[in-house]
Amino acid sequence: MSATYSVTTRTKSSSIAVLLAVLSVAVLIAAPGFAARGTIQDLFFILTMLTLAQFWNLLAGYGGLVSVGQQAFVGLGAYALYGAVILGGIDPVMSILVAGVAALLLAVPTGFFAFRLHGAYFAIGTWVIAEVVRLSVAQWRSVGGGTGTSLPREALREMVLVDWIQELFGVRSSAARDILAYWIALALAVGTITGIYWLLRSKRGLALSAVRDNIEAAQSVGVDAGRMRWLVFLTSAFGTGLAGGLIYLQKARISPDAAFSVTDWTAYVIFIVVIGGIGTIEGPILGVLIFFLLQNLLADYGSWYLMILGLIGIGVMLFAPRGLWGLISEKTGLQLFPVRRRLVGGQLTNKEG
Amino acid sequence: MALLETHGLTARYGDFQALFGVDIALEPGETVAIIGANGAGKTTLMRSITGVLNNDAAQIRHRGVEIGHLQADTIMKRGIAMVPEGRRLFPSLTVEENLIIGGQHKGGRDLGDRIDSFLCRLLGGPDPMELAAGHDGSGYWSLDTVYDLFPILKERRHSPGTALSGGQQQMVAIGRALMSNPDILLCDEISLGLAPVVIKDIYQALPRIKENGASLIVVEQDIGQALKIADRVYCLMEGRVTLEGRPSEITRDDIHAAYFGETA
Amino acid sequence: MIWIDTIVQGILLGGLYALFAAGLSLVFGIMRLVNLAHGDLIVLGSYVILFVVSALGINPFLAAALAAPVMFLLGWVLQKLVLNRTLGEDILPPLLVTFGLSIVIQNGLLEGFSADSQRMSLGALETASVSLGPITMGVMPLMTFASAILVIVALNQLFYRTAIGRAFRATSDDATTASLMGIRPDRVFASATAIAMLVVTIAALYLGTRANFDPSIGPARLIYAFEAVIIGGLGSLWGTLIGGIIIGVAQTLGAAINPEWQILAGHVAFLIVLLVRPRGLFPKGA
Repeated sequence: MSATYSVTTRTKSSSIAVLLAVLSVAVLIAAPGFAARGTIQDLFFILTMLTLAQFWNLLAGYGGLVSVGQQAFVGLGAYALYGAVILGGIDPVMSILVAGVAALLLAVPTGFFAFRLHGAYFAIGTWVIAEVVRLSVAQWRSVGGGTGTSLPREALREMVLVDWIQELFGVRSSAARDILAYWIALALAVGTITGIYWLLRSKRGLALSAVRDNIEAAQSVGVDAGRMRWLVFLTSAFGTGLAGGLIYLQKARISPDAAFSVTDWTAYVIFIVVIGGIGTIEGPILGVLIFFLLQNLLADYGSWYLMILGLIGIGVMLFAPRGLWGLISEKTGLQLFPVRRRLVGGQLTNKEG
Repeated sequence: MALLETHGLTARYGDFQALFGVDIALEPGETVAIIGANGAGKTTLMRSITGVLNNDAAQIRHRGVEIGHLQADTIMKRGIAMVPEGRRLFPSLTVEENLIIGGQHKGGRDLGDRIDSFLCRLLGGPDPMELAAGHDGSGYWSLDTVYDLFPILKERRHSPGTALSGGQQQMVAIGRALMSNPDILLCDEISLGLAPVVIKDIYQALPRIKENGASLIVVEQDIGQALKIADRVYCLMEGRVTLEGRPSEITRDDIHAAYFGETA
Repeated sequence: MIWIDTIVQGILLGGLYALFAAGLSLVFGIMRLVNLAHGDLIVLGSYVILFVVSALGINPFLAAALAAPVMFLLGWVLQKLVLNRTLGEDILPPLLVTFGLSIVIQNGLLEGFSADSQRMSLGALETASVSLGPITMGVMPLMTFASAILVIVALNQLFYRTAIGRAFRATSDDATTASLMGIRPDRVFASATAIAMLVVTIAALYLGTRANFDPSIGPARLIYAFEAVIIGGLGSLWGTLIGGIIIGVAQTLGAAINPEWQILAGHVAFLIVLLVRPRGLFPKGA
């Protein structure tokens, strides 16, 4: 009896998902043509938070590295961008790369210290380092010290592509800058998701889940756990730095307390991942949408808003630890970004066969 | 009324079912031995009786009271003590502390019980400690009598529990269980990994334990040893009782069949 | 001479940090739980004491004595209803739940007491000081340091001399076997957190009387506490005191050079110790 087997991660729903994803990305690219400026700004916020959430999820959900110090990379990335623009005279868009590289460079000593700590102590260790970076940056006089600074107008006006966007959509320079930032955010988010998806489906992704599930067992089959942790940590830092630079390019004003805010860049991000479903690619996408809705719904309630957010996070962690996406995929078996390998084709054979 | 009985006891670990309707009974003053191959379900049976695994209430009765659903600490306070497989001494405690902790929850309620009972009554729920009543933990066994039973422990009483030899550790584990003056003592594989001369020493302690009011359930791989000390024997195979009887009434062939599931 | 004075002030400050850290260390030692809301619980304690002070018009020390049983029960309920559900192999649930708790407490306090800074007055005691040769020491910092030592002695006695201390150690070793000894692990954990909350109340008393406080300062106290625990070595309460002193001295020395460097100097000292002795100065066990 000849049987053809193949190992695949594709499911029927995932094929539909690819189609849907391509369609939505196309719509999102075209959005500045028909959406209001406010909508573009909201979408920018959603996409950058999604990028941060995907990278935190890669760290904590796949790498088992629970960091509460991601604001170090957001803040340092942002400040590196301001430094490059203000002191180096580099184009702001190009400076986003500088932001990523700066965060990557910071990640090397950070990892060196933080990997000496385990579990919860790793978490607080990353937080301490973020504080050290915040306090040090506040001493950096040429970018405004403790009070912060703004991006110079000339640099913003002369940014690449802005003129072209102005002509294309017939908008003013400030709106054109928002559109440019939005497109970059879209590219970054799509790149992040495809990149992480590719990583998880590769051989390294398998090794990564092995390390998360059982570090001793993974090591015993030859997975280098230390190298996997470094890979995940550095990748996340680079991506988080890019996002941080981009966010503050769009804001055009920066201060150490805002750029290194543990609430904005870590608490919100953790909330997004936990409520959506940690350890899945779909989770943060669902989570960021819920987060955005809640924020708009509860925006007028000040600190109640954060309290409710905290309570929802606690509730989800206690009663549905795999988040909303976990509940959905449990009920429906739906998987949009399947990383689990399945054996298909062929036929089960019995002893006589 | 039997001191302890199980009725159709089932137990599972997730998807894996380990016990399929086990019926055993222990009469007051009896020594019952449970034998069977590795994986037959002996330790699972002990874990069910002691409440480490939870069961339906009616599957286990102690002095006629349904206890299958109770948690381990409540069952222990009713007077069922356990010498766990592998001894499981507390490494942070000295030999003497290991012994004391076995009896420190005698009868009375500790602070934790009191706060919990208070909070449960405050919320209108039942008092969770009610079913532990009826056994005050007083009796023959104390630090002095345990040291008298195993004199070597007195010499080593300030050493960390885990610094002792295997046989001495087993003595601590037995002494620790006795400190609550249980009416039922469960011994899980107490001879495992010990030299024959040490096993002999430990088994010599059992008559004195019985004299002082405890009935015994002894889980043993060593069939010869089990038959020597037991009033009755149960053999388990793949989660079911395959043989029950008095040592004098059962033959080697019976045991062989019950143990391996083949007819000789 | 000024340097000796600075170092003495730093040592006394270290007593405050050791008080922040002792509760954290106790809970970690027994159930391997790091409570990210620990700093916020201290701040909450300060508000509870403040509330009693303003409601009854009594001295903060008396108010703390009244607040202690409230905090004790709060710790019990928190552990029993929330934190016990998060314990297990996976480190994510306790981290994320206590992080959420931290946000809930901070914003709850913000809603209840506003963002204004508060302070409890002790009258003449605030400025009272004793001189020892050329060095002048405040009475409050001295009392804080003495309290830290008393708390550590008391916790060590509790741990090694009492029945509940035995139950703590046994449950920490092997919870299943402990339950066979008539100990219910979830209650032992609840007692541990409740006792940690008594220490938190003492820390809260000194936090609230020695400086201004507002709802947002919890995380910084958590960080100092954490640094003291790591420097000292996990599980050693005396090590935690030394850790607190190192952070305290580093901070006062940093501040003496440049006031903006106070906090930074503490963190840098922590990183240096971590670099040289990754397991802390007095690690327990092998």
